[in-house]
Amino acid sequence: MDAGRVVIVGASHASAQLCAGLRQGGWAGEILLIGDEPSLPYQRPPLSKALLAGEATVADLLIRKPEFYEKERVVFRQARVTLIDREAATVDLDDGETVGYDRLVLCTGARPRPLDIPGADLAGVHCLRDAADTDAIQRTLATARRAVVIGAGYIGLEAAASLRKLGVDVTVLEAADRVLQRVTAPAISAFYDRVHREEGVDLRVGVGVAAIEGDAAVTGVRLADGELVAADLVIVGVGVVPNVELAQDAGLAVDNGILVDAHGRTDDPAVFAAGDCASYFDARYDRRLRLECVSNAVEQAKTVAATICGKDKTISALPWFWSDQYDLKLQIAGLSTGYDEIVLRGDPRTGRSFACFYFAEGRLVAADCVNRAQEFMFSKRAIGEGLSPDRALLADPETPLVSLLRAPSVSAG
Amino acid sequence: MGTITFTEYDGTSHEVEFADGESLMELATSNGVPGIDGDCGGEASCGTCHVIVDDAWIAATGPRSDEESQMIEMSPECAPNSRLACQLKACAGLDGLKVRLPEFQM
Repeated sequence: MDAGRVVIVGASHASAQLCAGLRQGGWAGEILLIGDEPSLPYQRPPLSKALLAGEATVADLLIRKPEFYEKERVVFRQARVTLIDREAATVDLDDGETVGYDRLVLCTGARPRPLDIPGADLAGVHCLRDAADTDAIQRTLATARRAVVIGAGYIGLEAAASLRKLGVDVTVLEAADRVLQRVTAPAISAFYDRVHREEGVDLRVGVGVAAIEGDAAVTGVRLADGELVAADLVIVGVGVVPNVELAQDAGLAVDNGILVDAHGRTDDPAVFAAGDCASYFDARYDRRLRLECVSNAVEQAKTVAATICGKDKTISALPWFWSDQYDLKLQIAGLSTGYDEIVLRGDPRTGRSFACFYFAEGRLVAADCVNRAQEFMFSKRAIGEGLSPDRALLADPETPLVSLLRAPSVSAG
Repeated sequence: MGTITFTEYDGTSHEVEFADGESLMELATSNGVPGIDGDCGGEASCGTCHVIVDDAWIAATGPRSDEESQMIEMSPECAPNSRLACQLKACAGLDGLKVRLPEFQM
């Protein structure tokens, strides 16, 4: 293994996995991890859950302990990379220094999509992407009693659930005609709609937001129809945009994400990308994807580490996701986009436990599992193996799931 | 304090020192043991920290919980002593514990 220097831009899930994967793969050279937050890589999913609810601190959430980086000779440096010079193979840092690289991995992530309405910069208006956001929300929460969450995607709904846990009045505003519209079937949207109302959330779908009002700090949110919803805390969760500017300025190919091949390489063989910022071609779903989830960051980082270490690995693991709200543990296997049929096991109209399987052309492509760990793991395996389980048997709660894994067309192991 | 040994599917062993209260998943990831991912951070949500406890130690660790069973039993490599490493906390009584890893995490 040539003993050069790998420079990783961004301290994240992907970069923590990269550090481990590079050493496990035999990389003997330097590893320099550059992040613009003060902390080593930490878990971001709990920001809207345990961290927001005050049940954990960033120190509790480090993906790997500081001793790991010491032992594996990873140097962490807090700085922002301002420029990539591919000809010189260097990056410029905002502290004025220039650092050379032999391999460069971009783990620049994504940033919250800004809300382009008047008042979006008032005190008490927050987004939720990093630990500093959660800290800021907690400072507002010291006096806040009425929160408005703009956007009923996973971040918005998780924030709403955490705020209810803290006893805050919560109104959720969603422009689409149902919650989670972009990512789930109508039956699942209806389920989450019901649960949030049962938990005391004032949930409004199909509403436009005209402005956020207040003098120095927010006092309310003005809806498109003129109504004012009082608020002393606003959390905006209307999606993210990938951080591609560094790559773009360096002349790398970018199209809703930094374009990488199946090995995580950009069009420069010395430069790689992984995580929320990277767009790759997924062989299973037969299209280019840019995913925003931990499992994707980990799989891409493993792939990049293997590639840098001269091993043959492609991005192949099935993506999966999770979302904790109230007493609901939602686990999602695969991507439901393009489904043409759903099969329910359990009833989302009553209670709080069921699974929704998504099929496309007879093939199982995804599953949303609420408090159904077994259905989730079944789906991970069945989708991974390309099975088409019998739909009537799958819907029957009496059918043991394991019996549906013995498909004649699939070889064992 | 004590040590726990993780043995990879290919037979490579890693002896890791622990402080009381750390989970086996945290121990493995913080010590660079390959084959344990712990994607979800220890919530028994992902099933990527499957380990198989050595027969001699199953009385000390106790059996897996229902929650773990739901996750692990769908794995083709599920064994009677299979556990999720994130749900196993290291303690003085587990000094010397040996676990092995499956070939694949699901």
